Amino acid sequence: MSDQRLGTNFINRQSFIELDARERAAALFDAGTSRELVGPFDRMESPWLEQQGVTPQEDDGCVVMKGKIAGQAAVVIALEGAFQGGSLGEVSGAKIAAALDLASADNVKGISTSAVILLETGGVRLQEANLGEAAIAEIMASILVLRRHAPVICLTAGTVGCFGGMSLAAGLCSYVVMTREARLGMNGPEVIEQESGVDEFDSKDHALIWAIDGGEQRYAMGLADALVDDDTPQIANAVRGLVLKGAPPVYRSSQVALYRGRIATLDTSRQWDPGELRVLWATKSSTEEKQ
Amino acid sequence: MTEHTLVRGTVWFRALTGQASSMSGDPKSVLTADSPLGKEQARFLCVVPDPNARFPCARHGEIGLEEGYTLAARVREVMQQDKNKTKRPIVAIVDAKSQAYGRREETAAIFLACAAAIDAYGSARLAGHPVIALIVGQAISGVPLTHGYQANRILAFDDDGVVIHAMHKAAAARITRRSLEELEQLAKKIAPMSYDIRDYAKLGLLYKLLHVENPEKPSEQDIRNVQDELVGAITDARRGSVDLSNRLESKGALEMRKASLLVRSRLEAQWLEN
Amino acid sequence: MEHIELDYPAKRRISKKAHIGVVGSGDLEVLLEPANGNSAHVSIRTSVDGFSEAWKAVLDRFFTTYDGAVRIQINDAGATPGSVQLRLAQAVEVSEQ
Repeated sequence: MSDQRLGTNFINRQSFIELDARERAAALFDAGTSRELVGPFDRMESPWLEQQGVTPQEDDGCVVMKGKIAGQAAVVIALEGAFQGGSLGEVSGAKIAAALDLASADNVKGISTSAVILLETGGVRLQEANLGEAAIAEIMASILVLRRHAPVICLTAGTVGCFGGMSLAAGLCSYVVMTREARLGMNGPEVIEQESGVDEFDSKDHALIWAIDGGEQRYAMGLADALVDDDTPQIANAVRGLVLKGAPPVYRSSQVALYRGRIATLDTSRQWDPGELRVLWATKSSTEEKQ
Repeated sequence: MTEHTLVRGTVWFRALTGQASSMSGDPKSVLTADSPLGKEQARFLCVVPDPNARFPCARHGEIGLEEGYTLAARVREVMQQDKNKTKRPIVAIVDAKSQAYGRREETAAIFLACAAAIDAYGSARLAGHPVIALIVGQAISGVPLTHGYQANRILAFDDDGVVIHAMHKAAAARITRRSLEELEQLAKKIAPMSYDIRDYAKLGLLYKLLHVENPEKPSEQDIRNVQDELVGAITDARRGSVDLSNRLESKGALEMRKASLLVRSRLEAQWLEN
Repeated sequence: MEHIELDYPAKRRISKKAHIGVVGSGDLEVLLEPANGNSAHVSIRTSVDGFSEAWKAVLDRFFTTYDGAVRIQINDAGATPGSVQLRLAQAVEVSEQ
């Protein structure tokens, strides 16, 4: 999937990153086909935050919308990065898993339904710890079921990026779409610096962070399927293309022999320039493991 | 709370299989064995410390790049071997420090290594293998997600040395900008934040909390009891569905995850409108 | 955590509800819904304690030019009075589209 430059120059771009979760989700649908489910007026907020002095948000930082993309049924689930860092709590986690399960049920009924998950998240919401973690495990289980029927597309655009437990969920998805501004990684730079020291990872080194976790790097390593500009029409188009493409022939997370082999040949005696892995991993992935 | 020495994984792997080694070609940090459990063979898997691991940030009981892909490979091997046979149970014995925190790990996409293990465990469950997680010690952050949480049934020891959580205490206190005492106070009144396994058990995620006399030096009786419980969990798993719906049907879920249940039913009702 | 409840007289019927904003640091969300009767009720929930006077001042000022019979709910995480005014104005705009 190439990055599609439709002649959009910087001035004409409509920034996707500047949109909030609700606006981002709405932008991906065919015009006039979407409606929000369990929105703010349903007041399904976190039962755990207020007692800790944290103001809840009525949608718990997760927007679920149903409609059509490229004429096909689709559900879009968007995490609000500005609310608690997009972290997963009991309610936001339940919304994601339930939406994926309902999409699976529709597929079983013969209504081909894809899912697009917009991930701006640091992972588990610590104020809900074990329920956030449990919810993420349930989301992962739901992705594994749905992806057999229809594409599950992960989109991370920034500025928060996709970290923590949800980066593992991204690894299970059918497709991953990233902007250059986005990042995808399990552990954030501050956590690594904290756990393993500043020599291991200087969390103030922005160039290093994007060199390792950034969209361009992940795409070049073959870990993302599309690299898009921060431009809403371009992003919506990329998503449309993937919905129409259908399920991929193999899933990255199922290609164990390939990646195991790649890890085995790495020289662990030194740190690497991330550019080295672009070269090493740029070869076409094998088709040895289907599904 | 007892000091965590990460010996329990090896202790219980040996207790349940009579072995304590990795398979040929695998890193020493992943123990794998096929061993009788009840009336059948089961595959047992455990991640343990390997001070000589290739990756410097994965030498003290962390789940890193090698561990994630090795778990995935050994689980998929079972799926392949049992393709046209009875689906063998897969038992994940869990006592690991955390995921590996390192630059090499992020560069080489540890998120995908963990996803590979999750994919394998979850796919095995969906294929009909009873997948059981036995938490004998620590299961924090990336550890339970990668190695255990895709199980049909989760069992844990009722013991202070068993800690299941999203983040180690010190780091959690730092990130939420609270003192350790404040965090502990909060954890007492908010069950999902608790570091106490008995509070965790209230959440309805566990199939059973097991009493074991001596988790670090189990007696023959301890071992037999745990084996019986594992067999019980396997039987129960085979009776139920291959998805994780049992977690939301438990007594604990009905009491502690009301919001999850309400959200699910509200979403379903609104999905069908129009 | 503080809860502040305020009431104002109102007479105009409103037909459309509106939701604006995000509970980000220094921001707030506003839920505005039509209400029956002749009054408007405002429920504020804020994680920044000790500013009830300031809240009252902002809402008093808002209702000098707004007469809709509404229920307004505010979830706040430390917004400035200027931001609150802006969000209220945005909510009104959406409800009158």
